Amino acid sequence: MAAILAVTEQRGGSLRKVSLEVVAAARQLADAMGATVDAVVCSSGPVEGVAALGNAGADQVRHASHETFTLYNPDGFAATIASVGGGYAAIVFAATAMGRDLAPRVAAKLGVGCATDVTGLGTEGGAVVVTRPVYAGKAIQQVRLTGATAVLSIRPNTFATGSAAKAGTLQPLAVPAFTARVTVTAVKAPAQASLDVTEAPIVVSGGRGLREPANFKLLEDLAAALGNAAVGASRAVVDAGWREHGAQVGQTGKTVAPSLYVAVGISGAIQHLAGMRTSKVIVAINKDKDAPIFKVADYGIVGDLFEVVPRLTAEVTKLRAE
Amino acid sequence: MKIAVCLKRVPDTTTKIVVGAGGKSIDEAGVKFVPNPYDEYAVEAAIALKEKAGAGETVVVSLGGDAAQETIRTALAMGIDRGVLLKGDGSADGLEVARVLAAELNGGGYDLILFGKMAVDDYHHAVGVMVGEILGLPVLSSVSALRVEGGTVGGEREIEGGVEVLAAALPAVVTTDKGVNTPRLPSLKGIMAAKKKPLEVKPVSLGAGTMVVTGLSLPPERQAGRIVGEGPDAAAVLAQLLRTEAKVI
Repeated sequence: MAAILAVTEQRGGSLRKVSLEVVAAARQLADAMGATVDAVVCSSGPVEGVAALGNAGADQVRHASHETFTLYNPDGFAATIASVGGGYAAIVFAATAMGRDLAPRVAAKLGVGCATDVTGLGTEGGAVVVTRPVYAGKAIQQVRLTGATAVLSIRPNTFATGSAAKAGTLQPLAVPAFTARVTVTAVKAPAQASLDVTEAPIVVSGGRGLREPANFKLLEDLAAALGNAAVGASRAVVDAGWREHGAQVGQTGKTVAPSLYVAVGISGAIQHLAGMRTSKVIVAINKDKDAPIFKVADYGIVGDLFEVVPRLTAEVTKLRAE
Repeated sequence: MKIAVCLKRVPDTTTKIVVGAGGKSIDEAGVKFVPNPYDEYAVEAAIALKEKAGAGETVVVSLGGDAAQETIRTALAMGIDRGVLLKGDGSADGLEVARVLAAELNGGGYDLILFGKMAVDDYHHAVGVMVGEILGLPVLSSVSALRVEGGTVGGEREIEGGVEVLAAALPAVVTTDKGVNTPRLPSLKGIMAAKKKPLEVKPVSLGAGTMVVTGLSLPPERQAGRIVGEGPDAAAVLAQLLRTEAKVI
């Protein structure tokens, strides 16, 4: 029976939430092909949350344990996955920092292409077919993967974690001999914001309308009131050095798809819209009623953000306390 | 220090995308092309590293049609020493592109091979890493900080909720992210000098690959929603709508 491999991620001994989305996407593909799903976990010890992989749709969980797998080990993870990868009809990664590094390594080792940032998948005449945004989401490409193993990465926040509970039987996976050519020597905390804009269910972004860097405090307060929210930024304010480049949403920054995107003081340049247009609900707050951002927003408020945002923060706090 | 930079010609990020006649690629009519923004960080890194070393050679390699010569000249004007155009059609399969680039770079004696972390057109995020795998070199991908000293290379990669610190020995492949540096603009003197710098053209042909593009479409237009109101009083209405109608808070 054909099988799909879902590559999971752990950090600090805990399974990352995006891994459940990877398993759900693999399950979707497996159901279309009549295949089973194996999830693979690379770590140096037991990982908290692995039981959830069965509930997300994994028939088996293959655990590759190695003393150097505490942090991401690019060459070690790639060698391990490639050692069994050729036996799978497809290998599904997350288009995260790790997945973006790991998926092309595995694909190159298997001698096949790698479809990244996939937002839709299925089968057609036995081949895996995917849709993926290109030009930062300004266009959608349909691709047929014709290799013996289809290697792909899914965009975070895109595949719903269903309730196709499977056994999730734990099995050891042998780590082959490998040479660690590059090593991750440490993981440092970031200077700003801990939640990443690509994974946060809510993103509050600011632009030039904020006038100066210190005023981003207004957005941080709103994000805190909303809970589970990250603060993003337009290219203009990142280029001006107000915010870290990791927070930039748009074609030369990140493409995000949260359930709620709040654009504050952002006019809506084409390259910014490209990065956030697939958000489920978009709110715009801008003093210019003709700003292009209102053309893509579900809800808009025309007004002075310095008056509107604190009020919205207060209203959200009140509602969420009810 | 001998450094190669791989550079791609891409549509400007302000381009409005129109699907071309075949339905599988964009209509290039009227589109302004620029060097891929992430590759410009790689170009800047190469020039700065050679300046710091005080000696060496920098080479820019691009796969594409004749029009890519203009893109190569831009890098030469910034300060790269010479260019190589691998003349041929690209591929939807990043591995085929990586194979052609790796064949050109193999045996070139490069201490560093630099790429942008991705191209803003096809969004693969894969070719640089694949070249490293093919050549059996260490790969530091998506670095927003880069340090080269004493035969080693160090980098920092932004990950979700943190920063990974990477280390490897040279020779190595590095792909650059925003934040690693600020690319210089070509000077007038640089632009004049670039016209005389060597630019070698080598025909290449790519394999069929394992990724077949079957269509390209525009995403569904978002319908403009509604203006909830003006001024701070609208905030209360908005909060209610987000809870009861949109159900997102």
